[in-house]
Parts: sequence; structure tokens; C-alpha cells
Amino acid sequence: MKKLLLITAAVSALGAPLVSQASPEDDLKAFRGYFMERFPNVPLEEFANGVYAIDPASREQWEAIEEFPPYEIAIEEGEELFNTPFKNGKTYASCFRNGGIGVKGDYPYYDTEKGRVETLESAINECRTKNGEKPLKWKKGKLASISAYMAFTTRGQTIDIKIPHDQRALDAYEHGKHFYYARRGQLNMSCAHCHVDNSGNKIRADILSPALGHLSHFPVYRSKWGGLGTVHRRFGGCNKQVRALPFKAQSKQYRDLEYFLTYMSNGIPWNGPGARK
Amino acid sequence: MRKTASSTLAAAGALAIVMGSFSFAPSIASAAGASDIEEGKKIAFHRKKGNCLACHKIAGGSLPGNIGPALVNMKARYPDKAKLRAKIYDATVTSPNTIMPPFGKHKILSKSELDKVVEFIYSL
Ligand code: HEC
Ligand code: HEC
Repeated sequence: MKKLLLITAAVSALGAPLVSQASPEDDLKAFRGYFMERFPNVPLEEFANGVYAIDPASREQWEAIEEFPPYEIAIEEGEELFNTPFKNGKTYASCFRNGGIGVKGDYPYYDTEKGRVETLESAINECRTKNGEKPLKWKKGKLASISAYMAFTTRGQTIDIKIPHDQRALDAYEHGKHFYYARRGQLNMSCAHCHVDNSGNKIRADILSPALGHLSHFPVYRSKWGGLGTVHRRFGGCNKQVRALPFKAQSKQYRDLEYFLTYMSNGIPWNGPGARK
Repeated sequence: MRKTASSTLAAAGALAIVMGSFSFAPSIASAAGASDIEEGKKIAFHRKKGNCLACHKIAGGSLPGNIGPALVNMKARYPDKAKLRAKIYDATVTSPNTIMPPFGKHKILSKSELDKVVEFIYSL
């Protein structure tokens, strides 16, 4: 982790990131090691549960909520949408491996033909446009429900994102990593300031969740939203908190960020959709 | 069971909203004669201004975070008030990797707001 902390310092001191290219494998080892040491009583797979993995008080409330999960209706809606044929008679199943069941773990991946990171949400919308349908809104609503259903059928599998030895894929990964450690916004904070350096600490009354496992459970039902949101919705919210302009959902910035962060969650179970405060 | 838990969460959300929107500017405008320390305290505690309680325990403030050190005994920590002002103006000068926002450098607080916050913090 020393390496990663040094990266933060380098980014902030030089403005323009200038990071030695440690391999993704080395990064992952250091990243995981840091959190396992910071939270020695939390087993790796528990990091799928965000702040509830580290705070017994809020965990109790959350377990009560999980008895009647607030995202259940969205899963049902997602399943129905997933199985409803397009005007041309085809369904989403035709666009995915294994008919789209249990395949969330295929995303995000680096698409060498398109030359960019492909996310589950972008694949869902591409499936629509390919079949003559209009794309859905990215951050909530129907797209989030379909994504929730697909996450649900993937529950229990282990996150195992591959970064191929293709320079463009490595560049996308590095770009996401820089994004995570770079200061931004009027408040001048990086993602890592809150979710690495200060994970487990309280910011006012909120306990900051560890970055490890952050991408396990999206899309997520948030009481604050009163509904479901995709991970890019969350990224935008955390950018706004530091008074930075959020990027668009499915922008290169957020795709690459998702690529980096999901890779950092390798070894942890997929358990979406989740419920959070 | 579900009802209890979600209504507790809803209550917490409502509290945050109330705290986030308590009217602030008018009380300053009408506080003619109030000391700089008093005004500085309001600015330091206001969520859209200093929001120092997000990270620091400060006497008189509720639900503080614990990211930064408790702000106590400040005259002993900072005999030179200018150094205290410089710290709040841009904490990265002395701690390059700090999470603390540069309140002056990034114009999060105006010059006069910053001066009042310094008076308040110095009084702790
Ligand atoms: C000022 C502090 C702060 C910064 C900076 C910040 N976050 Fe957050 N973030 C929070 C808080 C508070 C929450 C809600 C409590 C929690 O789960 O940590 C949160 C939640 C999250 C979650 C959801 C966790 C879950 O279990 O559902 C993700 C993912 C996340 N942040 C990613 C990011 C990313 C990516 C960035 C940078 C672009 C970032 N955060 C920057 C404070 C911050
Ligand atoms: C997001 C977190 C955060 C916020 C908000 C914040 N601080 Fe800090 N502050 C820190 C941290 C962390 C330190 C310790 C590291 C350092 O020196 O920067 C610190 C250090 C300080 C110190 C030096 C303390 C000492 O004993 O040397 C002072 C004074 C201070 N803060 C004042 C303030 C004031 C006044 C505000 C609001 C106007 C504020 N801080 C807001 C995180 C924060």
C-alpha cells in the first residue's frame, strides 16, 4: 500500500499524474493487503457489504432491511423487461452469453474492437439499439432494473476481472487508477482520501466504507434516492460531494474508473443488487 | 421490522436535510455587533461553509466526525495566529497529502469569513 499512498502524493504534488506503472496484479495485492491490515477482523468476502462489514450498529439496521429487500420489486420488473421481446421478436437473451443469465461477471471488460471499456449497462443499451429500440436512461429506472435482475442471477459468483496484456486495456486501467487517486473539486479531495486513507473513520455522522469490494453490489437501492441507481450514478454523487462537476454516466472517465475499481474487488463475491443508506 | 428500520433511516435523512438547510445568511446580516468569534463559530459549523465538524470535534458542535484531530487548546498549538490562519487557508502546505480542503486558496470561504473562523478557532 505504501506504493499507492505515494501515488496519491505524486498526483497531488505534480498536478499531472506521473505514476510508475506497477502491474495490475501488484496493485491488487497491495490494495487488498492494505485493507486486510486496516480491518484485520473482516474476512475478504465480507467486504462485499460496504460499511456494514465494519460497523456492527448500522449492520443491524441493514440486516432488518434485507429481510424484506427494497430492491425486490426492481428485480421482478427487470426480469419482466428482460424477457419481453423487442418489436423484432428478439429478446435481451440473444445479446449475451448463456442467454444473459449469470453473466454480470463478464463486465466490465476491455473491448479491443471498440477500443474502450464495455460495462453491463452499455451492453444492455447496445443490445437495444442493435435491435432497433431506443436506448434507456443510464442512471436509474428500467435500465437499472434490468441490470439488477442480471446482477441477481450472478449472485454468489466471485469477481474475477481480467486485464489483458494489451496496452490499450492497461492504459484504460491506469486512467481509472489515476482518476481514483487524483484530487478534484473545490474541496480538493480524491476518492482515495475518503475510501482508502479514511475508510472506517467518520465524516460527520457517516462512516466511510472501504474501497475494497466497492463494486460488488451494484446497482444499489439507496434510501436517500428512494430507488435504484447504477454505479455511475454513485460516482457522480461522490464527485458532487467535493464540489466537482460530475462526468456523464458511461463517459470514458467513469468506464475506466469502474474497470479499475472492479478489478480491485477481485476475489469478492458478486452480491448485487444491494441496499444502502 | 422493515418498517422500523426504514423509518429510522428516513428520520436520519430528515435530520441531515434540516441541518443542511438551516437559514444562515439572514442571521449574519442581523447580527450587528455580535463578536467575530460568534460569527466565526456559525461559519465554521455551517455545512455549506466551513463544515469543520465533518472532520473535527469542536466544543459546542454535535455529531463531529473523527478524520482530523479535535480542535482544542489552539493557542498552545499555534502561538502564532498567522500560522493558524495559514493552516486553514491551505493545509496542504504543511501536510501535502491532507484531506483537509484549502478553504482560502480555493475560495471556499471569503477573506472575511476566513478571518472570523480563525478568531473562533483561536478562542478554543
Ligand atoms: C468527501 C468524502 C468522499 C469522497 C471524496 C468520495 N466519497 Fe464515495 N462515499 C462517501 C460517503 C460518505 C459514502 C456513503 C457511505 C459509504 O458507504 O462510504 C460514499 C459511498 C460511496 C460508494 C458506495 C459504497 C457502497 O457500499 O454502496 C462508492 C462506490 C463510492 N463512494 C465511490 C467513490 C468514488 C469512486 C469517489 C471518487 C470519484 C468517491 N467515492 C469519493 C464519501 C466520499
Ligand atoms: C475533510 C476533512 C477536514 C475538514 C472538513 C476540515 N479539516 Fe482541519 N484537518 C483535517 C485533518 C485530517 C487534519 C490533520 C492533518 C493536517 O495537518 O492537515 C486537520 C488539521 C487541522 C488543523 C491543525 C490542527 C493541529 O493540531 O495542528 C486545524 C487548525 C484545522 N484542521 C482547522 C480546520 C478548520 C477551521 C476547518 C473548517 C473551516 C477544518 N479544519 C476542516 C481534516 C479536515
